[in-house]
Amino acid sequence: MKPATTYPERRDDVRLLVIDPTAPEAPAGAALRETRTPALPDFLAAGDLLVVNDAATVPASLRGHDDGGNAIEARLIAARGDDRFSAVLLGAGDWHQRTEDRPPPVALPVGAHLQFGTLTAEIAARAPASPRLVELRFAAGGDALWAALYREGRPVQYSYLAHDLPLWAVQTVYAARPWAFEMPSAGRPLSWEILLALRRKGVRWASLTHAAGLSSTGDPAIDAALPLAERYEIPAATVRAVTETRARGGRVVAVGTTVVRALEGAAAKEGGLRAGPGDTDLIITPAFRPRVVDGILSGAHAAHESHFSLLAAFAGPDLLATAAAHAERAGFLTHELGDSMLVLPGALATAPDQRRSASGNAP
Amino acid sequence: MNNPVAGSNVLITGGSRGLGRALGLALARAGARVVLVARHAGELADVVAEIRAAGGEAHAIVADVADKNAAHAIAGQAAAAVGSIDVLVNNASTLGPVPLRLLLDTDCEDLDRALAVNLVGPFRLTKAVAGPMVLRGGGTIVNVTSDAATEAYERWGAYGASKAALEQLGRVWAAELAGTGVRVVNVDPGEMDTRMHADAIPDANRAELADPARVANEIVALLQAEPGPAPGARVAIRTGPSGSTEASP
Repeated sequence: MKPATTYPERRDDVRLLVIDPTAPEAPAGAALRETRTPALPDFLAAGDLLVVNDAATVPASLRGHDDGGNAIEARLIAARGDDRFSAVLLGAGDWHQRTEDRPPPVALPVGAHLQFGTLTAEIAARAPASPRLVELRFAAGGDALWAALYREGRPVQYSYLAHDLPLWAVQTVYAARPWAFEMPSAGRPLSWEILLALRRKGVRWASLTHAAGLSSTGDPAIDAALPLAERYEIPAATVRAVTETRARGGRVVAVGTTVVRALEGAAAKEGGLRAGPGDTDLIITPAFRPRVVDGILSGAHAAHESHFSLLAAFAGPDLLATAAAHAERAGFLTHELGDSMLVLPGALATAPDQRRSASGNAP
Repeated sequence: MNNPVAGSNVLITGGSRGLGRALGLALARAGARVVLVARHAGELADVVAEIRAAGGEAHAIVADVADKNAAHAIAGQAAAAVGSIDVLVNNASTLGPVPLRLLLDTDCEDLDRALAVNLVGPFRLTKAVAGPMVLRGGGTIVNVTSDAATEAYERWGAYGASKAALEQLGRVWAAELAGTGVRVVNVDPGEMDTRMHADAIPDANRAELADPARVANEIVALLQAEPGPAPGARVAIRTGPSGSTEASP
């Protein structure tokens, strides 16, 4: 599958592949239906719960130089306090090069200063995993640091894109606190048209905030350790909504990997799913058995991507391989501005047959 | 709820002067965490310092709401400072060049600027801030308007047209958000003793103008009222000697 190189004309109108793990095995393809995202409400039912990650995306790429004038890009990956962030350092160049093709930054000791426009930072610590994974202490903190980040920072983006991403293009329609360093992009195709249609149908919404980190850094030692532990916060209303939904037989549908990690990470802790802040280093493999999440709305992923194994936890490896082959043939687009997949048990059992309704509507 | 303002997060544009400044002070006094937006860092810092000195919580964001790239930066900085926003007050506005001109003498660029500050800026910022309110099922958008939006005052054409359009945005938003828990209200504060008013009508009798602090108190009371004004209502605040507050749908 190819990556989407720009944002779609309408955020809420991209391809959607619906995958129903409980559909009958025959005829072939009965567990799949290809449609577009405006039809999403057809595949959920009254009593279901959609859980989204309401983190806004930080302009987390800072370009500047060290004291010796060497070009440095810092990509923030986690907040560590009022004036500190963990960051990955890259050398000369910008997002037009693949991260793995970028030269590494000059080796910088703890205490080295970096200048990003008007913003100054010091390397406060280096991680054992790689000297390029550092903790930056900025000269400003709090409001002044956030003002500087929004002034100097740009959204993190990768070489498959055709142009600079403006800040609005990496926000969901419900983005609130700036916690995410890459867009929680599974929710990008959700518009208020779709969300309000879901509500009219009796589907509830709930939110949590999860600090999505970077998906790729170009440093094999760091990439092998991704995703790092990420912080989340689950409101009490969301815990109630999840509990009520499950008690009444509804389905909990996570919008994106980050929501699965937060909910399942919290549920796996002693005492089960509770409201409040936490950190999770949970990695979802195909063998993972979700405790609270029944289905997932996700970006389209190819079989070689790490997110694919998370989808396999919901669809099973065989059905997911069939779905991926379909998406490949159909020319689905991947990555943050691409097409969507919904893996949900029972999704196709109640959905209207769109081929039939389409012909019924024909003049 | 006794006091839905206490503990809430409020974002006010045009926060360094006039009604915006008075609202910041009044809301902080009522227990809100206040984030003020304005173009001039110095004046804004003074207001923030004044609120903090009185024991309130205030944060400053230096930005021009007419800047098309400002909305998400403002929303992000505000949410980083205080968390999700509960109340957005679209207060920043511009008259355009003074003395005010007849419409036939108004430069197209001056109309553009009035629309950018008074209409498109609030549109962009509301889009960035109201989404999470809808998701959480609660919040209030206040559009500060003017009787120039409804009366055909000579020389107030560019300003009046921008405010009339802002009011219509508010009404349509209120209709579209019915049932979501998010309120949208248009508030006409009346003629106040502010620098903007002095710019527009330099020879006005200041004794006849309302004190922005009193108007701000009325708006705080409006936010605290249960039930509050009807969705999309236009609320006219008149705090003169025989002052009254009237809501019309």
